[in-house]
Amino acid sequence: MRARMAAAVWAGWAALTGIVTAAGAAFLALGLFAATQVAEQPVLFDAYLWRVVRFTLLQAGLSTILSILPAIVLARALTRRQRFPGRTALLRLLALPLALPALVVVLGIVQVWGQSGWANAVLKAAGFETGFNIYGLTGILIAHVFFNASLATRLLLSHLDRIPAENWRLASQLGMQPWSIFRLIEWPVLRAGLPGAASLVFLLCIASFTVVLTLGGGPKATTIEVAIYQALRFDFDPARAVLLALLQLSLCAGLIVLGGRFSGSMIATKSVYGWNIRPDVSSLWGRLADFAIIGVSALLLLLPLTAVVAGALSAPFAKLLGEPVFWRAVMTSVIIASVAAISCLVLTWCMLAGLRTLRSGQSRRVATVFTNLSMASASLILVLPPVVLGTGWFILLRPVTDVFAVAPGLVIMINTLMALPFAMRILQPAVTSASDSHERLCASLGMSGWHRFRLIDWPVLRAPLGLAFAFAMALSIGDLGAIALFGSEDFTTLPLLMFQRMGSYRMDEAAGLALLLLVFCLGLIYGAEGLARPRQVPGEAVQ
Amino acid sequence: MSGAAVKLNSARLRFEGFSARFDLDLPAGSFTGIIGPSGSGKTTLLNLIAGFDAAQSGRILIGGEDVTGAPPAARPVTMVFQDHNLFSHLDVETNVALGVAADLKLSDAQREQVASALSRVGLDGFGHRLPGQLSGGERQRVAIARASVRDRPVLLLDEPFAALGPALRADMLGLVKGLHGQTGMTIAFVTHNPDDAREACDLTAFVHDGEIKAFGPSATVFNASGNSLLADYLGG
Repeated sequence: MRARMAAAVWAGWAALTGIVTAAGAAFLALGLFAATQVAEQPVLFDAYLWRVVRFTLLQAGLSTILSILPAIVLARALTRRQRFPGRTALLRLLALPLALPALVVVLGIVQVWGQSGWANAVLKAAGFETGFNIYGLTGILIAHVFFNASLATRLLLSHLDRIPAENWRLASQLGMQPWSIFRLIEWPVLRAGLPGAASLVFLLCIASFTVVLTLGGGPKATTIEVAIYQALRFDFDPARAVLLALLQLSLCAGLIVLGGRFSGSMIATKSVYGWNIRPDVSSLWGRLADFAIIGVSALLLLLPLTAVVAGALSAPFAKLLGEPVFWRAVMTSVIIASVAAISCLVLTWCMLAGLRTLRSGQSRRVATVFTNLSMASASLILVLPPVVLGTGWFILLRPVTDVFAVAPGLVIMINTLMALPFAMRILQPAVTSASDSHERLCASLGMSGWHRFRLIDWPVLRAPLGLAFAFAMALSIGDLGAIALFGSEDFTTLPLLMFQRMGSYRMDEAAGLALLLLVFCLGLIYGAEGLARPRQVPGEAVQ
Repeated sequence: MSGAAVKLNSARLRFEGFSARFDLDLPAGSFTGIIGPSGSGKTTLLNLIAGFDAAQSGRILIGGEDVTGAPPAARPVTMVFQDHNLFSHLDVETNVALGVAADLKLSDAQREQVASALSRVGLDGFGHRLPGQLSGGERQRVAIARASVRDRPVLLLDEPFAALGPALRADMLGLVKGLHGQTGMTIAFVTHNPDDAREACDLTAFVHDGEIKAFGPSATVFNASGNSLLADYLGG
């Protein structure tokens, strides 16, 4: 029994060590390279570099503001309207963008907002001639808001949902007016969630790669992440890449230190509200305003996805399906994504199992240290974004071996680390709450290891486990960052294939590939949510 | 302000797996203990009176006025819950002040009123503390202080002392009795401890399966031997 307990802890430390090594090696390689080689040619801080840094910060700042403001409005409207047809579907839709391939979304956004897109067509029919150009800052902002406003809404919603029902009862009993309700009840809760949501969005936008690569216009609209890729793949200038990577790294690390922890959960909680529990939701104007907000948001979320489907209607599927390169890309994508998702889940599980064993043990201090370390390591990818991590390993392996020969391993590693924060965020609350009710019982019955997983953990945790797996796999299958760095003739995934077709203006084929990727990711996420039904949430009965 | 009579006239409520039908007549200024097994509908009864649940049929009258469809703020009722009675980010004084004016615009006289309500419940000098810095008993005292400044004719207490120890509970009950003596409010008090009702309440109502199965002066209700449901609930 004691030995087995130690096994869970040992596995936890092993997972932690593996993650830290993967990131630490890249970091060391970057640092050493900078110290030895870059120091010899110290002319690198040129005007171009500063422009890139400035643009990175500018677009991230604007994207954050433009994502957070509508998120506050939408999250409020959604908490005010607890019951309307399609609410659950909309909440699921809000969780979706992060799991969708960025390249696919970009294609949809161009289809809707681009020069010859739907929006312009409608405007033209109405007699307005717009010289609207989506490439550059505008397009980057539109795409970032699509991804991050929905994420921020989910995070803020989880804060608003935590307001105890009694607070609403009190508000109605005391006859509070809407302004008092916002000031005294909603704002304090939102304020607690805003710094975390805003800094997460800012970080994601700083590290944004695909959106900027495809919608950015030349050197005027380039971020550090894209500049690294160009330095490595086109200019063959590792010194510049390293310098940029170190800049990116210190930017992200600085932000994390400043922004602190991210709170809020991605999983929707069910709040059960009774009859007229809120005093401020019955007015007609309020109702109209809320449903206008909800309706417009749903439309903006659905339009690009619809555009992807519509764009693929005329795609030459027969031709695509006849190409061996297509099938190779499908195989590669599925294998890479499966391995990455499995290793991501194994790492997360090892850390969480170690964590709960430590928590039930004697040493509080070790448990706290391990908790902090594993939470931090799961979010390492936010400090070392995929392209930075890739650059580090590129520098590290270049003298030793042909980097492209080990490319699949590198892509799997980077994709695994990319999915870790999400897997952790999905699994950790579930494991902790299940552990609170089962830990002592399992210990007293002597259940541990495989038997415990099979009989206790799997039945209770299969929904979050399935969701975490689907999320990890969807992230990996849609990723363009790592594969853009390490892909080649012989090693191509679906997003890279799609990117190449877009680059050679075979848009109809790209549209077909986009639809396939979209269907695959939707299938994964909704399939996993199907696994979650019938819903049984442990500990929910406790009121 | 003195109490108002509360009358439920076949007030019906039905939701998944639960249905209730209440007939009850609480005289103005009475102090009633409500007992019964968990899940029997005690809280639902209070929610119907306070307006947090809607009666699907039947009528609810307070002080002779029909309030069946009225929103909670329009009813002359204060309800104190088992937990979360305070806004955790507002200090004690502000929490009580909300009972005077929901927009927190208080005159000097009203501030005075808040301070004296706090001192009546033994929380002199606690005004600027946050709820998180108080014990469970102290938090409930703040809720009672707010109920006293609200000064509504009807006070509903939903197991407000369930989480407190016996000595503290007796203290709090004394506090509520004092408030009753001062104001003459009509008080209904849900408790899972029959002794509370037997000792402190003039009247006792026994709720079972969504209906009032016994109601009358506490001494009569607790001595009635004919009610087998009540006997089963009380045991021994």
